[in-house]
Amino acid sequence: MSLLSGNDTLLQVLSLLSYGFFIVLIFYGQRIQMYVMIREVENSLRKLKVIKEEGRKNAIDAIKEIGKPPVDPTARVDRYLEYFTIGPQSMDPAGVVYKLDHILDVRDTRLKDEVKLMAPSSDEVQVNNLENTLEAAMALNFIYKVVRHYYIQGKKTLSLYVIMQIQMILPMVMKEAEAYSSALKAFAYGQPIGDGAGPLVAAKLMHGYEIRKLQKDCVMATVPIEGRTALVIKAEGPGGNVGKPGDAVESVIEENEGKIANVIMIDAGLKLEGETLGEVADGIGAAIGGPGVDQYKIEEKLTKYHIPINAIIIKEDIGDAVSPLRKEINDAVDKVIERVRAIILEQTKEGDKVIIVGVGNSIGVGQ
Amino acid sequence: MAQNQKPAGNQKISNYILMIVLIVLALSVVSIILAVSVYLSGVSTSSHVVTSSQTGQDDLTAAFLAIIGLVAMTMSMFTLSQSRRQAAEMKIEVPKVMTTIECKKCGTKTEREFQRGDYVYKDLDPCPKCPDTKQVITAIYKDVKEKEKTYNV
Repeated sequence: MSLLSGNDTLLQVLSLLSYGFFIVLIFYGQRIQMYVMIREVENSLRKLKVIKEEGRKNAIDAIKEIGKPPVDPTARVDRYLEYFTIGPQSMDPAGVVYKLDHILDVRDTRLKDEVKLMAPSSDEVQVNNLENTLEAAMALNFIYKVVRHYYIQGKKTLSLYVIMQIQMILPMVMKEAEAYSSALKAFAYGQPIGDGAGPLVAAKLMHGYEIRKLQKDCVMATVPIEGRTALVIKAEGPGGNVGKPGDAVESVIEENEGKIANVIMIDAGLKLEGETLGEVADGIGAAIGGPGVDQYKIEEKLTKYHIPINAIIIKEDIGDAVSPLRKEINDAVDKVIERVRAIILEQTKEGDKVIIVGVGNSIGVGQ
Repeated sequence: MAQNQKPAGNQKISNYILMIVLIVLALSVVSIILAVSVYLSGVSTSSHVVTSSQTGQDDLTAAFLAIIGLVAMTMSMFTLSQSRRQAAEMKIEVPKVMTTIECKKCGTKTEREFQRGDYVYKDLDPCPKCPDTKQVITAIYKDVKEKEKTYNV
């Protein structure tokens, strides 16, 4: 008996089915693949919708609980979630950094004012925490809308390439959305997050010393380390706040007429897959993220006075950066302090002044 | 705040994946049944028909059908299990956050679950052992050991 000897009807049906299956795959393979992708995006979109709605609900609940508003804040929260910021025109790039700085200041003030209106009974720390909560909800809303845009566009055009764009980055997008979802609770409760690794190091160094406020939500303490004077700067905590380390470093350098032997910046750094969480690495340059305004200001001042700059980073991924602080990151704080001491000993002389900046969100981290 | 997990979103497996998997699964079952039937018919005819080349051809056909059937069945089952795993992974995790409290004088460390209003370096009530020293919150962290796959590279 051979595979296609006509006696066995079942065998013939099987062969015909197999041929039919392959023919369908040849002509409609790409379309089937596209439907599979659309379905995958659809499932993720449903999950994103749940996360987004959960985020919105958490934000509204937190405002109601902490801020005790006289009227229902839902409509105002919904408007807040749709806020956007238009960046400055960069056709003529001269002065664009200061234009961006101004726009970011206006945005920050506007959002804080909105939160104060929504939650009139909240203090400054709670306003900062609620603002962070709303920003996380805003990020979730934006992610949901972008994924939905590509999903609907893919369905409308039935283009594999449109749907592929979002399908390919979907695991990363979902990871980020889950991180923001986790961050929402952390912000609402005022828990430290992974991005607060820098301020945590600075707080450990400055704890017990006299604290002085610097401009734009930063604080500084003068701490003796290894016979040198360390001017330790961080964003003011424990409210959710990144401050403006650029302005703070600028003012401290000017106060000391540029007589600073070294600047050491500590920040959370994005780890690559395969690297260990909480690994400490050091290098050169201004370790600070964000839109670049603070980095620009710091680099300008350092160049003016020829001050060397060192950077220490604590490695973590995006999920860890915005979710409650993990133990591995907390344990890395002492290793960073050891590195700071080593850099100070190796690169400065006794009696020198050193600036140490803990960059990041100070939520849940006092001083 | 206790650690809990709740399902989110639609956990249904894609209909298209399910349809393809079921077709392949059905074909593989038919293929295995055929393999058995071809093998058995080869065994029963071998006592009557003497041509050894035909018996050999039947065995080959049966083996061929069995291999195709098993491979297709394994692949479809694997795809099905992967889809189920992906659906099961759709959970939002709310982690348990712990607060470490330390007495600066006697160094006594205690841990408790995070409470709203806690922050690092917040002064708390005096230490039970040293009434003149306030306890301080020295750490707040997520007490979750996340399993990370290692790839030995």
